[in-house]
Amino acid sequence: MTAPVRPWDRELVRVGLFGAVFAVGLPTANGLGFVSDYYLNLFGKYLALAILALGMDLIWGYTGILSLGQAIFFGIGAYSIGMHMMLESSGKGVYGEPVPDFMIWNQVYALPLFWKPYTSAVFAIGSSLLLPALLATVIGVLTFRRRLRGTYFAILTQAIAFAVWLMLNRNEMKLGGTNGLTDFKSVLGFSLSSPGTLRALYVVTAAVLVGALLLAQAIVRSKTGLVLEAIRDNERRLEFLGYDTAGFKIFVFAVSAALAGLAGLLYAPQVGIITPSQVGVLPSLEIVIWVAFGGRGTLWGALVGAISVNWLRSVLTGTYPRLWPIILGGLFMAVILLFPAGLIGLAVRAKALVARRGRAVAPAAVAASGVNRHTA
Amino acid sequence: MRALAVVLAAAWVLTGLGGVAAAGPGALDLESVARRLAAPATQKGALGELAASSDPAVERLLRALKDGALYVWKGRLVILGDDAGLTDVAGRPLLDAQGQPAQLGSGQEAVALDESHFGVVQRILERFEVLGKDPAKRQSAAFKLGTSGDPSAIPVLARAIEGETNRDVRAALEDALAKLRLRAPDPADRLGAVKQLGRRASEAAVPQLQALLAEETDPAVRAAARTALQDIDRFVAQRNIVGYLFNGISLAAVLLIMSLGLAVTFGLMGIINMAHGEMLMLGSYTAYVVQEIFAARFPAYADSYFFVALPLAFLVAGLVGFALEWGVIRFLYGRPLETLIVTWGVGMILQQGARLYFGDQTSVNSPTWFRGGVEVLTGLIFPWSRIFIVGLALVALGALWLLLYRSYAGLNVRAVMQNRAMAACLGVSTRRVDAVTFALGTALAGVAGCALALIGTVDPEVGKTYIVDSFMVVVLGGVGKLVGTVVAAVCIGLSNKLIEPAIGGTAAAVYAKVAVLVIVIWFLQWRPTGLFAQRGRAATETA
Repeated sequence: MTAPVRPWDRELVRVGLFGAVFAVGLPTANGLGFVSDYYLNLFGKYLALAILALGMDLIWGYTGILSLGQAIFFGIGAYSIGMHMMLESSGKGVYGEPVPDFMIWNQVYALPLFWKPYTSAVFAIGSSLLLPALLATVIGVLTFRRRLRGTYFAILTQAIAFAVWLMLNRNEMKLGGTNGLTDFKSVLGFSLSSPGTLRALYVVTAAVLVGALLLAQAIVRSKTGLVLEAIRDNERRLEFLGYDTAGFKIFVFAVSAALAGLAGLLYAPQVGIITPSQVGVLPSLEIVIWVAFGGRGTLWGALVGAISVNWLRSVLTGTYPRLWPIILGGLFMAVILLFPAGLIGLAVRAKALVARRGRAVAPAAVAASGVNRHTA
Repeated sequence: MRALAVVLAAAWVLTGLGGVAAAGPGALDLESVARRLAAPATQKGALGELAASSDPAVERLLRALKDGALYVWKGRLVILGDDAGLTDVAGRPLLDAQGQPAQLGSGQEAVALDESHFGVVQRILERFEVLGKDPAKRQSAAFKLGTSGDPSAIPVLARAIEGETNRDVRAALEDALAKLRLRAPDPADRLGAVKQLGRRASEAAVPQLQALLAEETDPAVRAAARTALQDIDRFVAQRNIVGYLFNGISLAAVLLIMSLGLAVTFGLMGIINMAHGEMLMLGSYTAYVVQEIFAARFPAYADSYFFVALPLAFLVAGLVGFALEWGVIRFLYGRPLETLIVTWGVGMILQQGARLYFGDQTSVNSPTWFRGGVEVLTGLIFPWSRIFIVGLALVALGALWLLLYRSYAGLNVRAVMQNRAMAACLGVSTRRVDAVTFALGTALAGVAGCALALIGTVDPEVGKTYIVDSFMVVVLGGVGKLVGTVVAAVCIGLSNKLIEPAIGGTAAAVYAKVAVLVIVIWFLQWRPTGLFAQRGRAATETA
């Protein structure tokens, strides 16, 4: 299984194009009045979630490990910045107390110890990136080193996600219980009620996404990326060849966790709320579906999937809120059963079809390009 | 103050004991007491006299007084019955001169009960409930008298004990009597009562014993009270442990029925069926629907709905499982992670479908013969429904074991699981085996759901509550061995219910779950393939 090493320049052009459209084009259109603030903010949210999908694609699409803990890492990022934002506006709450309002409701009047470092923005941002990576490393060491793999890993991360969700729902955790953290006033000193701040957040998110995309590209195109794909395709054989697969797996798990934390960090200020419902098994699986819908094992697929499914979600939960779970469930089934290569795979097939019409020759290689191949 | 209380109590007891002694016919001149009752000036005194009596005729008299059915007729006091017939205070029917049932003159007024004495009458009447017909009422009345701290109830209790045949009620009466005797003036009497309460380890007597300890001067009684309290404490602690163990076993039973199905689908076939919880939900809703149909169409047989619901739940969940296997799963053999995603989607659809159709919460009534339970120790009841679930789990386990290890079909199943290609070569229809095995697994979940409906509400999320735990059972137990599933279910069930009270507080259940998860992960460090792992190539390939 040799990955076709494409020239960097062609890929860079694509990334550049993407960056130009989303990081420059969209905000400019917004400034000129073509795109409303609401849509810009909505897209900011999608782009943050796309970073999350990139991480999931690295571990699941490329390495073949189904981690159902990604939402926990996302949650750590979002809660970290959320705690900082709560503290930034402390004393400005309804009660004028030095602790966030929800603590007053739970009869907590002194700031809990673990909240204290979050007064520092640097700590909050650092913790939203490093804490997920650290947690992933610990989980990775406890599982991959003990050769708990495949289904066992999926089941264990799912159980962990379930446990974290259960705990976050409790008020005793002092993280807002089921209501989560909300009512943020400002981030890094900029008021969140001003459109300028949201616009800036959008630009930062788009820029970070481009950076994350480049990082992910660098990983999958490196020798490490090749090993990751080999783990997905035949881990046993790779072990016989002398590779320490556990080390590679822990590495990619930590990177994907850090990307998830980064996504949470950018998501919370733009959306203005983070609750336990976004940290659990179902949200983790939804990320899988974004990636599968777009096309797993292709970074562009993760981006396309995250943006399109979330756009679909925004549209459909508005019009058919009661049917959305059924639609999503149907999507889970359809994506895996009917088009496992995702939108990117469909696009490749369509392209092949067009090419065949034109040349009347069947390019068997493209038609056979299934789940396991690079198509980006 | 205390001396006064003792004197008063003594007076009560003396009159009370007098009442017992005077329970024989004629000892308490009802007629004369009743006459005084009829006169407002002497009403209070007469009530005091009646208070300590245990004569059932007193109850009739007072009830008549309270209900305004007590009349003066030809210089005698008579009671107007519900059938408009007159009786005297002893309950004998009255006849007029012609030998016909006597009639009241029209416009006659009943004897009035002074409003200020209403409470006293009410209290005396309640006291007579310990002599009533309904055992449950007798028991609760006995408990009330015991906590009332009113020694004048002693004669009634003593009389009730004499005639009581129901063991539980008798115990309650004896407890109540002992509690009242704690206030007896004679230290020996108190000592006896304390010892009795200690021996019976009566938890409900703790406040009284503590009160006694605070006031008691007699050293022997004090020492006995202390010992009694310790005995009660020890008993309560032991009883709680028995209770936790039973809760653990009953959770383990639910997990076992759930996980047996999973052990088949995941353990033997390498399929992660996340819709397994929804199969359980289907079982619960089957029970609900059958119950509703019975209630609407055959109300006379409403209690037997469960006999129909249980096999039907097995069938419904099994058929849905069969359809699921045929429509979805068979395309995904060998790709366990994808079965996880797809079946999660199936689960979401079923769950939301149930929510749209049935609403958020519905409940199933246990058949009447499932209500109540066995009182294993005083104050510790094992509900029948939970005992039934434990039994059902054992039956399901036995049936599955026989099927897998002692039948030809089971041989085929095991052959396909061990070496699919070779089994196919030898003429086993692997397709059919796959479908039937999967359906069997989901059918078991349906049975679990039907049983669970007995002990909880039925809601669309019921499956999600158990699915994660059930997967932990399968992972902990190891793939491919039934004994592993059983041991793991018992371990997880018990540790959940034993850790819960150890942590305490409202969130105990959550933290217990987290603790169990940590323990499982720690255990897997030590034995990554679970408690009882299947050895060989097939095992490593499914994991």
